[in-house]
Amino acid sequence: MSVCEAGTVHGRVGIMAGMCAALMLLGGADGVHAQAGAPDRSVRPAVGEAPDVVLPALQEFTLDNGLRVVLMEKRDIPLVQLNLLIGAGTARDEPSAPGIASMTAAMLDEGAAGRSALEIADAFEMLGARFGVGAGTHAASMSLRVPSRRLAEALSIAADVMLRPDFPVAELDRLRAERLTALVRRYDEPNAIAGTLFSQTLYGADHPYGRADAGTAASLRALTTADLRAFHDRYYRPNNVTAVVVGDTDRAQVERLLGGAFGTWPRADVVRESIADTEQVTGRMIYLVDKPGSTQSIVRLGRIVLPRSTADYYALEVMNVILGGSFTSRLNQNLREDKGYSYGASSGFAWLPAAGPWSASAAVQTHSTGPAIAEFMNELRGMHQPIPADEIDRARNFLAMRYPSGFQSVAGIASRLGEMVQYDLPADYFNRYVDNVLAVTAEDVQRVARQYIDPENVTIFVVGDRQVIEQQVRDLGLGDIRFLEVTDVFGPIPSLDD
Amino acid sequence: MQIRTVPLLAAVLTLTAAGGAAAQSINVEYEQFQLPNGLTVILHRDATTPTIATNVWYHVGSGGEIPGRTGFAHLFEHIMFEGSQNVPEGKIDEWFEEVGGSPNGSTSRDRTNYLQTFSSSALDLALFIESDRMGHLLDAMTPASVDGQRDVVKNERRQSYDNRPYGLASQMLTEELYPPSHPYSWPVIGYMDHLSAASYEDVVSFFRRYYAPNNASIAIAGDIDSAEARRLAEKWFADVPAGEPVPTPTAADPVIESTRRIMLEDRVQLPRLYMSWVSPRRFAEHDAAMTALSRLLAGGKNSRLYRRLVYDMQIADDVSAFQSGGRLGGEFQISATARTGHTLAELEAAILEEIERVKAEAPEARELERIVNQYEVSFLEQLEVISAKADQLNEYLYYTGTPDYFNEDIARFRALTPRDLSTAARRFLDRERRVVLSIVPQGRSELAIPDSRLIPAANLEMSPGAR
Repeated sequence: MSVCEAGTVHGRVGIMAGMCAALMLLGGADGVHAQAGAPDRSVRPAVGEAPDVVLPALQEFTLDNGLRVVLMEKRDIPLVQLNLLIGAGTARDEPSAPGIASMTAAMLDEGAAGRSALEIADAFEMLGARFGVGAGTHAASMSLRVPSRRLAEALSIAADVMLRPDFPVAELDRLRAERLTALVRRYDEPNAIAGTLFSQTLYGADHPYGRADAGTAASLRALTTADLRAFHDRYYRPNNVTAVVVGDTDRAQVERLLGGAFGTWPRADVVRESIADTEQVTGRMIYLVDKPGSTQSIVRLGRIVLPRSTADYYALEVMNVILGGSFTSRLNQNLREDKGYSYGASSGFAWLPAAGPWSASAAVQTHSTGPAIAEFMNELRGMHQPIPADEIDRARNFLAMRYPSGFQSVAGIASRLGEMVQYDLPADYFNRYVDNVLAVTAEDVQRVARQYIDPENVTIFVVGDRQVIEQQVRDLGLGDIRFLEVTDVFGPIPSLDD
Repeated sequence: MQIRTVPLLAAVLTLTAAGGAAAQSINVEYEQFQLPNGLTVILHRDATTPTIATNVWYHVGSGGEIPGRTGFAHLFEHIMFEGSQNVPEGKIDEWFEEVGGSPNGSTSRDRTNYLQTFSSSALDLALFIESDRMGHLLDAMTPASVDGQRDVVKNERRQSYDNRPYGLASQMLTEELYPPSHPYSWPVIGYMDHLSAASYEDVVSFFRRYYAPNNASIAIAGDIDSAEARRLAEKWFADVPAGEPVPTPTAADPVIESTRRIMLEDRVQLPRLYMSWVSPRRFAEHDAAMTALSRLLAGGKNSRLYRRLVYDMQIADDVSAFQSGGRLGGEFQISATARTGHTLAELEAAILEEIERVKAEAPEARELERIVNQYEVSFLEQLEVISAKADQLNEYLYYTGTPDYFNEDIARFRALTPRDLSTAARRFLDRERRVVLSIVPQGRSELAIPDSRLIPAANLEMSPGAR
C-alpha cells in the first residue's frame, strides 16, 4: 500500500489530468522471432484489433415513492459504490443568496437523527466506508463506498443523513467560518483567480455558471438553519433523486436495502430546474489581473460553446484532443515541447446541461507571457486550416481505446452512470460510445473547429506580475486590455475578526 | 471494438474470508521471473477490462544523485520520453495515444517509474517501446533534446514550488532535517543552478550507471495471456545488455541534536506551521505504527488534532500528518494552517500537548480499529485498478524482495496494539529534536514560532551555496 511520499514525486505530466484510439491497424508485421537473437527493431510492431468490452447489464427500476435506481453489478471485488444524485444543485440558489444549496449538502452529515457530526463520521469509518456529500451545479450528491458485507449498516446511517438531518446551529457557524476562511485563501491562488474571473465574465455573476457556488461573504453571513431546512424540504424528495449503485450486490438486495432505507421518504412536487440562456460574449478582450512577484502567469482563454446534448459532442471532443486534449496536442507540443514556455498547456469543455464553456489554459513563464499568448492564438487559427488525417486518426483512437479503462473501479463506473443520468443519455450510450467516436469524420472535425474555435471572438484572462508582463501583452495588439486587481475579482478581503 | 453489456453470469472471487471491516486476505496471483540480463518481470492477469498496464521501475531516484548535480534523476525521467534508436522523437506519446494510453513517469528519492495503460491488443508495441529506451536510448539522445527538457523541468519547478503558496515548504524542511551530505537533503526536482549546469556527459553517464536491466523491474498487469506476455518480455528485453552491478546505497539516519526553528515570509494570507521528525524507513520496525499514528492524529474528523484544533478550538483551518519512510531514511510530518487571529505558537502548543498525551497513555482500542478498517478498504480499492496493482507489485519487490506483500503489509497493521503507537511516539516524536517551519504572510513575522531563524525568500530556487 503506498503511503505518503515526502519530497514530492514528480510526474512528467502534472496538470493534464483527465486528458488524454481503433483502431488504426498500424502498418508493419510482427514476424516470428527467434528468442535467442536480437528482435527486429526496424519495424514497429503491429497492433491487433481491440477486443470488445463486456459490461454487466444495466438494470433500472423505480421505488414506489419515485426514487429511480440505476444498478450495475460487478462482483470481482467485495465493494459497493452507492451514489445519490439529488436535483438540488447550486443552480437552485436564488441569485441574491448563493451558497444555500452547497451549504445544505455540506450540513447533511454534520448531525442527523440525533447523532453528532463526529458520531456519524466515526460510524462510517468503523465500517471502512468512505462517505461524502456535496453540491455540484445541477445536482447535490451523496457518495458511499463500502465493503459489500457492511452495505446494510452503512445505508442505514446514510438514510439518516439524507432524510433526517438536524442542521445544528453550532455546526453551521463552524462551516460558515471555514468557508469564509476558504474565501480568503483564494486570494493566494492564481488558478482560482483566473477560474473565477473566467466564469463570472462569460456568464455574469448572477448566472448559475458564473456565480460563487459556495456563497459570498455577505450571503454566508446571512445564512440560517431555517434556510437550509426549507431548501432540504423543497428539493430533497425521492422523486427528485436517482440512486446509482455499482458493485458486489444484486437487484434483490438493492431493492430490499434501498426500500428499507428510503421507502418511507415522502414524495412531493418539485419544480423543474431551468437555466437561463446566456448571451455569448462577442469580440476579443483581455483581462489582466496583477499578482506582483509571480514567477509564472496563468493564461486562460475561451468562450461559451454548447450544451452536452449537442449532436456535435463527439466531433467537438475529437477536435479538442487535437487542439489541447492530449499530451501530443498542438497546444502542449507548442508551448511545452517546442517553446519551453510552460510545463503543460491544455484545453477542454465543461459539459453541462446548458451551454458550457470551452477553455484553454497554461501556466507560463512570466517573461514569456506575451509570446505564449501569441502561440495560443496561432493554434486557434491553425485549427481553421485542413487537419492532417493522422492527427484525426490518433485523436479518435485515443478517445475510443482509452474508454474501457474507466470501467475498472466501482467508483469509476458509478461516475459514468452518473453522467448518463445527469445528461439524460440513452441506456445504450456506453455501447455506442466507441462507434460514435470512430464515426467522426475529418469534415466533422473541420466544421466544428471553424464554427466554435473562433480566434476573433474569445476572451483572454491573464493573472501575473503586471509590471513585467503589461508591455508584452500590449505589444500583441489583440484588443482592449482591462487591468484588474485581485480584489476586483473577489471583492475586498473579508474580515474574519468577528 | 465494441462495448457490450451482457447479463452477469459468473463472479470470480479471489478474496477469501478472514476479520475486520473488509475481512479478507488478499490473493494477487502473479508470476515472476528474471531474464539472464538481470531484469525482473512480474505478470498479473486481471481481465476486468481489455486493457493492460505496464510499469517499469528503475531503482534510482534523486537519492542516487551527487551533491551539486541535483534534479538529475527527474530530468532524466523526462529525457526517457524523447525517443530512442528505433522510436523517433515524439513517437512514444503518439504511438501510445493511438492505443488509448497516456504514458507518464514519476521520480521519488528512491526510484523512477514509467507507466501507461493501453488496449490489450498493443502489448507487443508497448514492450518494444519500453525495451528500446532501456537498451537504445543513447543512440537517439542529443544535447538539444536534453536542453529542451531542462526548460520543461524548470517550468515544472516554477509551477509546483516557486509560484505556489507554501510551495517551498518541503524543500526547506528537507534542507534542515538532513545534513548536506545525505541524499535526501535536496528536493527531487533539484535546484535551478544545478539544472542549468547538468551537462550532456552527465546525462550519458547517469544512464549507463543506472538504467540497466539488472537495476530495473517491469510489472505487466491486466488482460494478458501469461505465456504470451512472457514470450514478448523475453523477445524484447533479452538482448538488452546488463550493466555493472549497482551497489545498494547507504546513508546514516540524521541526528537532530536540538530543535531547529526557521521561518519564511511568503505571498500567503494565512500562516502555516510544519513540524518534521526523523522516523523509521519504509517497512522498518515502527513504520506501520508511525503510519497509524499519523491517522490517529490527523486522519478524519475524529482524529485527535482535527478534532481539537479544527473542530473544537477552531484555531486551525486544516491539519495533516504523514509518515514517509524511504530506503535511506524516514520522516514524520505534521502541518496545520492557522485561522485568522491565531498564531502558530497556539497551534504548536496544542499539537505538542496531544503528542505528549499519546506518549503517556495508549489510545483507545476503537481508535486503532477505525484506522485499520479504513486501511484494509484502501487495499481493496487498490485491487480494482490494474495500474495501481502493477505499481504496487514493483514497490513491494523493491522494498521487501517479494511482489506479493499485500497480506504481510496488512498484517503489520492488524498486529498493532494501541500501546505500539505510544511506544513509537515516545521513540520518535521528541519535542527537543524537531524541525519547525513557520510560513507567514509578508511582514507578519509576529505570527511565527518565536526565535525562528528567518530564511530569505530570495533565490530559494537556487542551491544553498548559490543563494
